Amino acid sequence: MNHWAEWLLGRLDWSALPFWDAIVDPTTKNIVNAIIASGAGAMVILGGLIAIGVLTWTRRWRWLWSEWLTSPDHKKIGIMFIVIALVMLARAVIEAVFMRLQQAVGLGGGFLTAEHFGQLFTTHGTIMVFFMAMPFLTGIINYVMPLQIGTRDLSFPVMNSVSLGLTAAGAALVMVSLILAPFSTGGWSGYPSFTESAANPGAGVDYWIWAVTLSTLSSTLTGINFAVTIYKKRAPGMSWFRLPLFTWTALCTAILMIFGMPPLTVATALLALDRYLDFHFFTADLGGNMMNYVNLFWAFGHPEVYILILPAFGIFSEIFSTFSGKKLYGYGALVIATMAIAVLSFTVWLHHFFTMGQSAHINAIFGIATMLIGIPTGVKVYDWMLTMFRGRIRFAVPMIYAVGFIILFAIGGLTGIILAVPSVDYQIHNSLFLVAHFHNMLIPGLLFGMLGGTNFWFPKAFGFRLEERWGRRAALCWIVGFMLAFFPLYALGVLGMPRRSAAFFEPAYLPWTLAAAVGALIILLAMLLLLIQLWVSIRDRDTNRVPAGDPWDGRSLEWSVSAPPPEYNFPVIPEVHSRDAYMRQKENGRGAHPRPDEYTDIVMPANSAMGPIMAATGFLIAFGLTWYEWWLVAAAGIVSLIALVARGYVRQRTRTIPAQTVRREHEAWLERVSRIRPVSRREEQTPANQGLAMSPLEGAIQ
Amino acid sequence: MTATPSRHPGLNLGHAHGDAHEASEEFVFGFWVFMMSDLILFGLLFATYVTMLGGTAGGPGPGELFELKSAFIETMLLLVSSFTFGMASLALKYRTDRKVLVAWLLVTLLLGLGFLAHELYDFHKMFTEGGVPSRSGFLSAFFALVPLHGLHVTGACIWLIALLGQIAVHGLDTPTKTGLMRLAILWHFLDVVWIGIFSLVYLGGIV
Repeated sequence: MNHWAEWLLGRLDWSALPFWDAIVDPTTKNIVNAIIASGAGAMVILGGLIAIGVLTWTRRWRWLWSEWLTSPDHKKIGIMFIVIALVMLARAVIEAVFMRLQQAVGLGGGFLTAEHFGQLFTTHGTIMVFFMAMPFLTGIINYVMPLQIGTRDLSFPVMNSVSLGLTAAGAALVMVSLILAPFSTGGWSGYPSFTESAANPGAGVDYWIWAVTLSTLSSTLTGINFAVTIYKKRAPGMSWFRLPLFTWTALCTAILMIFGMPPLTVATALLALDRYLDFHFFTADLGGNMMNYVNLFWAFGHPEVYILILPAFGIFSEIFSTFSGKKLYGYGALVIATMAIAVLSFTVWLHHFFTMGQSAHINAIFGIATMLIGIPTGVKVYDWMLTMFRGRIRFAVPMIYAVGFIILFAIGGLTGIILAVPSVDYQIHNSLFLVAHFHNMLIPGLLFGMLGGTNFWFPKAFGFRLEERWGRRAALCWIVGFMLAFFPLYALGVLGMPRRSAAFFEPAYLPWTLAAAVGALIILLAMLLLLIQLWVSIRDRDTNRVPAGDPWDGRSLEWSVSAPPPEYNFPVIPEVHSRDAYMRQKENGRGAHPRPDEYTDIVMPANSAMGPIMAATGFLIAFGLTWYEWWLVAAAGIVSLIALVARGYVRQRTRTIPAQTVRREHEAWLERVSRIRPVSRREEQTPANQGLAMSPLEGAIQ
Repeated sequence: MTATPSRHPGLNLGHAHGDAHEASEEFVFGFWVFMMSDLILFGLLFATYVTMLGGTAGGPGPGELFELKSAFIETMLLLVSSFTFGMASLALKYRTDRKVLVAWLLVTLLLGLGFLAHELYDFHKMFTEGGVPSRSGFLSAFFALVPLHGLHVTGACIWLIALLGQIAVHGLDTPTKTGLMRLAILWHFLDVVWIGIFSLVYLGGIV
């Protein structure tokens, strides 16, 4: 019996339950931590049950399967990526609040155990990078990029669905670790030798390894998919220097994913070999060398920084230009700056470990290379400012995020230049100054970009605008909350407070940690306001509909189609004659919606179960590996191999939408648009805005 | 000159193949991009191997464990298999009957399996001489780099068998043709990586 249980469950036993410590050793602190951890686990279970209940109650399982999970449509996959990102964002923000509260009362102790605190900062970082930021930007690129370049789908739609599946599996693994604990305490970067089995034999690090590995595989496939799509599937006339800037940043991001993800795959794979098969890559003994891990990790880690930031740069470029009613200033310079950043990002990885024993010369070279990145980034900031200069700026929600970004990001960039000086870095490395710096880059840089982009493109995806007032409140709370939560950390870092401290004994820190905790609560409020914004928007959707599809007087091709777009995106593939293709079309008198001469049959990819299959097997393999359930690993591995081979035999890979259907749908839409009154920008925020912009010839406010 | 421009690096199918020639564009280009990404994996493992050459921790080093004759036989098996795959590609492009193609593919498969068998035998021998990955950092690096290549060859063999099955079931239709073109790229790629392994690991280790 016991033998069978061991075979079946591996090393999984009662101690994996989040409240086990409190039963074995019921001290006050353990009980408090058990309540918090069990509450989190209960949230996961409750969330899952509610989802299952709602789907069953509304009889939506079949709909979920055929309309969403197996869909190869880049738009639906993009939306699903963003849903994952938002769920994970909520969890990671709550974790951040707990960490800030712990440090607010951390003088001499606090209420969290060191172990629990370690798990919090590890999951917070891992989730924010791999399961919030990556799915968010992947989702937005997925949705927007094919529409911007005038194509109907990505090059490899089913592979796109597999990418989604792998990310979902990784996210699920991190969520399951709340129920069957613990997760790693090694930080999001998982440095050995702390993460080797000698110091950390438990399942935590293995959870981390496999969650991250699933995410990197997903992103590698995504990168290939995006790059090939942009290279090969642009509409006729969409030459390189006519690409919208967001697509340029998507291309550079994709290239960074292709080259930047494999180093992390190698790093986590070698760490796994160390842990599972007693290899000696990074161990302290028998010829291991942990510096190899650090180099591999940051050979991924620094390009990753620009994977995170470049799409946001693209989004802000679109927002600044659209809401200033001007074409983007310095398009060529922005393209070159984007490329320069992408190339330079591979030359600076060493600045993540200036203090780990290189000679001063090497540090100096990498310090200079790091500062060089400030130049193309500075070029971008000036270009955005000059785009706004003498524009008719509308402070819509995306613009609030964008203006918040440009100011805060410049401050964060300056602190980056400070950290790039190796001799200064020796003083403040591994302190909260660093934590403040990278949050200062990533919250305004990445998250504001994603939230701004969501507000910007939401009406395109769902057919109605997001509510403005709650959106403004959320944006302002994000900006204020960010400043209050992270500016004090600069001071704390200079005062010498190390990062990842569960407790401290220096009373001078206290005012700053208290201020930061208030900031964290404001960020929590901002999250809540985002939810309210979404709720109110859905409630009032009928007054905010924009069926004509162009609520902001947009400039690129995605605004030329209906909102939401038909599944084939374009009834007829557009021909592009200039940069800002759609704006040119609106200006030159051909009209916003010319009637096509003829329609042809459209061939679209057919649904495929590969995505869900890979998600399920990927999750089970990772789960089995984490808990040493080898039968599960073998079984799921065989299933995924069979699925891969069998997929090669499938010949029904496409389905055809007849020209008649396309004609009927498109002409019905044109008919509907012809009854809509075009609005000037003054009425942009009112229900009168049904997505048809007044043309400049009619005196639109530009 | 009326030479048609190539759609992608390597052997193109040519216009005679109509649909398949057109369809291969994205698939083959995408696969080249994937190969670039895969090459990073190998490049990093090569770099890791070089940095860990000194980490023998008193255990057996390259001089004691590697046997040039055996590695040379493996090299020959793999190089010849690349040649036979090349013949298969030519047969795919120029011949209408599929017997020749299948014959060359089968020869390629046998050579690939022969390579794998020989490599496994080599590993077994190293194991009996105390050359196990848990012994030292150097051996860990060796047993990450070289078996990863072997794993790729295994995957390529499975893919080849699957494609032979597809030829049997569906004949030489467009998906089978683009599949064969992509597998050819992988096969030659693995050859190039092996040449790196042979030069750097085996030759470098014995010198």
